[in-house]
Amino acid sequence: MDLYAENILDHYHHPHHKLPLPLGEGWGEGRVVREEKNVSCGDKLTVALLIEDNHLTNIAWTGEGCAISQAAMSMLSDELIGKSLTEINALTPKTILALLNVPIGTRRMKCALLGLEAVKNAISMWSR
Amino acid sequence: MPLNVASIRRQFPFLTSHDGATPSVYLDSAATTQKPKAVLDAMQHFYEHDCGNVHRGMHRQTERATDAYEAARIAVQHFINAAQSEEIIFTKNCTEALNLVAHSWGRTFLKSGDTVALSILEHHSNIVPWLQLKEERNIDIRWLDLDNVDLSGVKLVSITGLSNVLGTAPDLPAIIAAAHRAGALVCIDAAQMVGHFPIDVQALDCDFLAFSGHKLYGPTGIGVLYCKRKLLESMPPFLGGGMMIRDVTQESFTAANIPARFEAGTPPIAEAVGLSAAIDWLTEFPWNDRTQHEQKLLATALTALQSIDGLTILGPDNPKDVRGCISFVLDGVHPHDLTELLGERGFSLRAGHHCAQPLHEHIGIAASTRLSVGIYNTEEEITSLASAIKECMVRLRSP
Repeated sequence: MDLYAENILDHYHHPHHKLPLPLGEGWGEGRVVREEKNVSCGDKLTVALLIEDNHLTNIAWTGEGCAISQAAMSMLSDELIGKSLTEINALTPKTILALLNVPIGTRRMKCALLGLEAVKNAISMWSR
Repeated sequence: MPLNVASIRRQFPFLTSHDGATPSVYLDSAATTQKPKAVLDAMQHFYEHDCGNVHRGMHRQTERATDAYEAARIAVQHFINAAQSEEIIFTKNCTEALNLVAHSWGRTFLKSGDTVALSILEHHSNIVPWLQLKEERNIDIRWLDLDNVDLSGVKLVSITGLSNVLGTAPDLPAIIAAAHRAGALVCIDAAQMVGHFPIDVQALDCDFLAFSGHKLYGPTGIGVLYCKRKLLESMPPFLGGGMMIRDVTQESFTAANIPARFEAGTPPIAEAVGLSAAIDWLTEFPWNDRTQHEQKLLATALTALQSIDGLTILGPDNPKDVRGCISFVLDGVHPHDLTELLGERGFSLRAGHHCAQPLHEHIGIAASTRLSVGIYNTEEEITSLASAIKECMVRLRSP
């Protein structure tokens, strides 16, 4: 199956919840922002989460990267809203691969998982 | 005389078709070159007939292995025109050779406030060892402006002979002369240079020079550090172990003479044999013919790439100013996506920052796509790459 399947390119060209900086302005106290970099390829994602009552109630992100990292972040952001932090922390790389539903090899794994890493690190910042 | 590329290609098992599959268009020789059969055969022969450890034991194989290993040192000596074979140290790669300079020479002779000068073209392997010394010894790093080199107060200039991203070559003779006038030593990272320029360390008068075997059509796992004898003799061992000692007691040790002092443990023996075979194989082709061939490929590549809408070449656009590789970016297309799709079409290129993050930051981009050429590439490969890039662009750009 093609890595650049139609839905991947669709999310890449029309990403969901991708907004210009500053992210989540006016969200108030429950806002947490985290930047994640994939040093080996220069991909960069910044996510802002709104956490209320231990649930993620809003998400916004921005950044540069390849089609895989951008599509993965876009798809993931659709999935996250309304989930509890425990549910989000339980997400695994398998969840992302299932969302993408295209063959992700070793060399593209980092691209696919960058968004999840950003979200989980944002939550752990919040929990601290 | 133009090279007979068809005949050269037949000597590379990687480039001949396997089970009817078309071999890939290999344009990543700056990462590692493919290996001619002469190199593979020499290593196979060593393991089948001469395999023993070097400078140890009294049996026949150890003598044959030692002879082969030391012959390789002499082959490298002649290849870069070093005055003596003891000035050639075998390491595991170019990175280890540069680390040897930083750890052995740097830790001995650099103190807090001393300056090491680098260029913005450097590969991480010629940046990080110096940043480690910055952390450990509080030395200063000066990033040189190559158009206006200021070397006052510099103890060492550590600089690439050829950029692995832009394909540009700093004016080494001028930099070395200026450095020596300023009382500084010069270390050359010749990882890319060694495959594209003849090297004469005595004419250059550099103090250190490092390269890897695998970018020279030789095997992975072997690198070379050249260092002037007097300097080498003033340096302490880098790694400790067998072979690098003269004497060990329960209290202390005495280091061996050069070059053994810097070759702790069993060295890459078969790899030295392979490197020697690579040098023998490569030097059969006159430098002028090789340069002419590769420059023609790069000129074709530059013209073809320049014709692509939205494509920006990062280095000079005059082929005369470029050696070995060309890097570029494409508007609206991430280098990883482009390179992935090119890979699907059978073209092997590299995407990313090519271990030169400060250079990419300096240019203001995160990543680029690089094509690099070797002795075995053809004009047809370059032309077909350009059409493949156009196809990939259509695929990846927003409809």
